[in-house]
Amino acid sequence: MTSLLNALPGSISQGLIWGIMAIGVYITYRLLDVADLTVDGSFCTGGAMCAVTLANGKDWLAAIFGAETVEAWAAAFNLNIVLLIMALLFALVAGLLAGLSTGLLHTACGIPAILAGILTQLGLWSVNLVSIMGKKATISIAVGKMDLLVAMRYITDVEKGKRWFIQHPIFVAGIITVVIIGLLYWFFGTELGSSIRATGANRAMARAQGINTNRNTVLGLMLSNGLVALSGALLAQYQGFAEINMGRGAIVIGLAAVIIGEVVFGKLFRNFGLKLLAVSIGAVIYYIVIQAVISLSGIDSNYLKLLTAIIVAIFLAVPFWKGKYFSKPVKRGGNANA
Amino acid sequence: MLEITNISKTFNPGTVNEKVALNGVSLNLADGDFVTVIGGNGAGKSTLLNAVAGTWPVDEGTITIDGVNVTRMPEHKRAKYIGRVFQDPMLGTAATMQIEENLALAKRRGDRRTLKVGITPAERQEYKEILEELGLGLESRLTAKVGLLSGGQRQALTLLMATLKKPRLLLLDEHTAALDPKTAAKVLEATERIVQKDQLTTLMITHNMKDAIAHGNRLIMMHEGRVAVDVSGEEKKKLTVEDLLQLFEKASGQELANDRMLLA
Repeated sequence: MTSLLNALPGSISQGLIWGIMAIGVYITYRLLDVADLTVDGSFCTGGAMCAVTLANGKDWLAAIFGAETVEAWAAAFNLNIVLLIMALLFALVAGLLAGLSTGLLHTACGIPAILAGILTQLGLWSVNLVSIMGKKATISIAVGKMDLLVAMRYITDVEKGKRWFIQHPIFVAGIITVVIIGLLYWFFGTELGSSIRATGANRAMARAQGINTNRNTVLGLMLSNGLVALSGALLAQYQGFAEINMGRGAIVIGLAAVIIGEVVFGKLFRNFGLKLLAVSIGAVIYYIVIQAVISLSGIDSNYLKLLTAIIVAIFLAVPFWKGKYFSKPVKRGGNANA
Repeated sequence: MLEITNISKTFNPGTVNEKVALNGVSLNLADGDFVTVIGGNGAGKSTLLNAVAGTWPVDEGTITIDGVNVTRMPEHKRAKYIGRVFQDPMLGTAATMQIEENLALAKRRGDRRTLKVGITPAERQEYKEILEELGLGLESRLTAKVGLLSGGQRQALTLLMATLKKPRLLLLDEHTAALDPKTAAKVLEATERIVQKDQLTTLMITHNMKDAIAHGNRLIMMHEGRVAVDVSGEEKKKLTVEDLLQLFEKASGQELANDRMLLA
């Protein structure tokens, strides 16, 4: 039990980070009504892009602006912050491009969305390994030397008083989540955002109202994968490395978070922003449950994927069974218990 | 206004399911024409409307709206000129979105969708007023999800959406067919009112001969992918169901065997 409690801050932090990916999954799965499997690839792309930029960003800057200039910059201000921003930005852009690829395969080439996602995901494996990570399966991040947004080490640092409370991963990941939810809430309330929601809700109606459903599908996929890659970048920072398999099964974790969030908060949260929050909390619940199972049962962590698959299958099946076998009889007459 | 010249459409060409749906249809609508379209199953009525709306490209022929050749224009761009109501009440609205959101989407038909707020407070007031006019009690449920509405309510809402931003051309594809008679009459009444008010150029498919005669200033009957009968003006005003049957027999060389149309 104590091991569970000790692991709790880590689980919550990880859950919040994966929650950002899950919000990306929510955009495609729920808003756009597209099952996008690009996620497994683009999550790793984001992580790899982040780790590589943090490791080599200074050399890149030196190659562009000259070594002396960059040294002068390093003396004048904290270059690590610049590298961090670059890392996040590159991860985001890479994710957007991954989404663009899937989107174009789907809309311009007429490939079913699920297959288009699988194709991009497959291709991304090589892109991640060769083009981004330089054929190294793992890229580590110098956690001690860099300034990161989140890191596992920061949890103990905060507990020991070496860092401020606001640098605690739960706090930082929480703030990032709230900001992202805020931005998405605004965006999906705009004319463009509404038209993307309409595209997902009813494509025939959207076209009849002059909405370019193909373009919107591409936009939605880009936005989603951008968030997924950003989440991958945060996870790479958190765990201190990026590795080629870090995205494997990400889509399932994302779906788990979406569905857990809906099952737990579906009746309570009606507002769009709250629904996104439910997804994020869904991811946190998922990680706490997984942690609890590992801590309490001592199960081999290699069974984790199987466990995840079973949990998601159950959460997907329950609403279906409920509707099929336990539909409530229609009440007639007055409300006796009103 | 609308010029359809010699359009043809064959579905599944070269297969056993080959179906010539439109076979060289030509039709010109003047500004403000309200044309009712009747015809048996598979006569090409819906295909004609879909061809105009741009659901898929036609094989041959040209379609111009207001002098603009839209034959190769994709559906969503054509929507700038066209308001549509489908036969299926589920098709015309987004069920998971609110009533006001649906209306706001329709209000921007043909406009560029920007990052401006999706619904302004002024719009809400406007929507409340037009919903009040409809008389279905929807004005107090602006933020209700459309999926909660009945088929008739959804169809009436779709009609409002199709005409909220005044279209150059209104396409109604048997839009009352899926409704119970009372609701159908109400929606049809609203249609007549809106079309009259804005003097909309309208193509309305119906399977009900009486409705086809009672509404509009012109009536066409389709048969085997062609316009078989075309009546307008004074002649249409005096038209009876018996006349129509005779006209059809003369034009097609066969008796009209469609219970749905005769019994309606």
